[in-house]
Amino acid sequence: MGDPLFEDGIDLAVVLIVLLKVLVVFGFLLVSVLLMIWFERKVISDMQSRVGPDRAGPWGILQTLADGIKLFFKEDLMPEQADRRVFRLAPYLSAVPAFASFAIIPMGGTISIAGRETYLQLADPPVGILFLLAMSSIAVYGVMLAGWSSGSKYPLLGAVRASAQMVSYEAAMSLAVAAAVLAAASLSTHDIVQSQATWSWNLWALGGVPFLIYMVAGTAEINRPPFDLVEAEQELVGGFHTEYSSIRFALFFLAEFMNTITIAAVAVTLFLGGPNGPAIGFLPDLWPVVWFFLKLVAFLFVYVWLRATLPRLRYDQLMDLGWKKLIPAALYWLLLIAALRAGRDQGWNQGVVLGVSLAIGVLGWVILAGALRVGQRETEDSAQGEEVLVRGEATS
Amino acid sequence: MGYLDGFRVTFKNIFQPRVTTRYPTEKRPKPLRFHGRHVLNRYEDGMEKCIGCELCAGVCPARCIYVRGADNPPDEPVSPGERYGFVYEINYLRCIHCDLCVEACPTEAITESKLFEFSFTNREDAIYTREELLVDDEGQPKHLPWEDWRPGDEEHTSGWVRATAPSGSAAFEGKVAWSGELGFGVRAPEKGQSEPEATD
Repeated sequence: MGDPLFEDGIDLAVVLIVLLKVLVVFGFLLVSVLLMIWFERKVISDMQSRVGPDRAGPWGILQTLADGIKLFFKEDLMPEQADRRVFRLAPYLSAVPAFASFAIIPMGGTISIAGRETYLQLADPPVGILFLLAMSSIAVYGVMLAGWSSGSKYPLLGAVRASAQMVSYEAAMSLAVAAAVLAAASLSTHDIVQSQATWSWNLWALGGVPFLIYMVAGTAEINRPPFDLVEAEQELVGGFHTEYSSIRFALFFLAEFMNTITIAAVAVTLFLGGPNGPAIGFLPDLWPVVWFFLKLVAFLFVYVWLRATLPRLRYDQLMDLGWKKLIPAALYWLLLIAALRAGRDQGWNQGVVLGVSLAIGVLGWVILAGALRVGQRETEDSAQGEEVLVRGEATS
Repeated sequence: MGYLDGFRVTFKNIFQPRVTTRYPTEKRPKPLRFHGRHVLNRYEDGMEKCIGCELCAGVCPARCIYVRGADNPPDEPVSPGERYGFVYEINYLRCIHCDLCVEACPTEAITESKLFEFSFTNREDAIYTREELLVDDEGQPKHLPWEDWRPGDEEHTSGWVRATAPSGSAAFEGKVAWSGELGFGVRAPEKGQSEPEATD
């Protein structure tokens, strides 16, 4: 198991190949962020009957590059009240995990460089998916510390929202990811892709629910619309990065779009079969890469489409959706899949297993709904109590 | 379909025609009474209309006009009256093109052309002097290097002032109550509100 590159021990050639892969992935990410921002702006303007950027380069494709160059030459400001060291650290805490988490994405099949076989994937650690979840947890620190160290109100509010939102939705996202892990019986992304060979994509093999939950939770995790309360312009100016300018702001911007690409790439890996696709005669090494990118672009288009269509959620709606709907649904679906797998392995009657699971599901749903109703009533009662108090004070 | 209707709407929009006017290459025609850069007019005999009364400066809400009047030299008078504006400056970093100066002017000396594409690159260029604002000997506004004049920009300058009688009474509609201008003569009255089909 693992990358065949390391099977014969590690020598200079192996190190060089790994370095080459690092460079390629790094360059690929930077270029794809440039293209992604352009793609998003173009698609959104299409959906709004506008033209979008069309000045820099053909169809405005160099617009992001121009914006980037402008940002690099702008003045770097730091608020007087800022915690200087943390303020400087935060953009890197945001950008580095964004870069690192892409390392585990398989972008193609096995290729051979200079007589060595290797996966078209920067790293295939046995803990693969856990690494991704760890990186997305660290990214929370980038956002939180940025808001906290700015020494300013709106960034702080944005950061508090961000950390609450990202921590809540990480649970639902992890449970959805766990379903895919369960199906492949492995944490390694390469194995997960292998287990989906010949069209048994997790998208339908797992019943669609984990995919939908992953999409919603993933969108919330990277703070994209309609879950962009973190940087809700109308309320919080720019959210956690209000006080950032110049290259530090560029890093946050880069991280945000890199996270979008990574979340989409992970979705492709976990649920859409990664680079799997119909093999075509000529250039057999090329086609998996093409399939991967086609799926990636289709997925990114859906993200942009979501942003163009849906209005932003209210904060309590966001929390309700995360805690009261997504997490129970993801948890139940994970247990259902686990029960079905265990039943299959033990040779139990699948119909009985399914029936019992559904009955438990309904029971759990009833209990949950009851508990929520009780909680709601409590809240309303205490709200009424406060209202009476306020009125009493007013009359006395 | 409830929730999914919005997705259909946004997707269908991709194939709709764009509403954008591609501005620098494609320019929309300007409205008849567009407020642009000012011009200082002259009478048909070449005399300046400005009498240096400073009413425009007094009425200006942005305080962008600076005027100083002086007595006309008896040998070669600049304006037909007693005094003339020997300093006349408009700061276009402050001007909001409200046209109040045009309304205040008792001699129709200052009017607004339709030129709005003048992007100076320093503060000195932003302050237009009397020499720059004054029309030339043919009655045409002077074209400064950073100004993008289009045909028709100098026509109908603040036509509505001339179309409306001083009292605002409809009885004055169509009657010429204004003096001629160098290069244009006495401009014809606008087609009136009582005959809306006759608008140019």
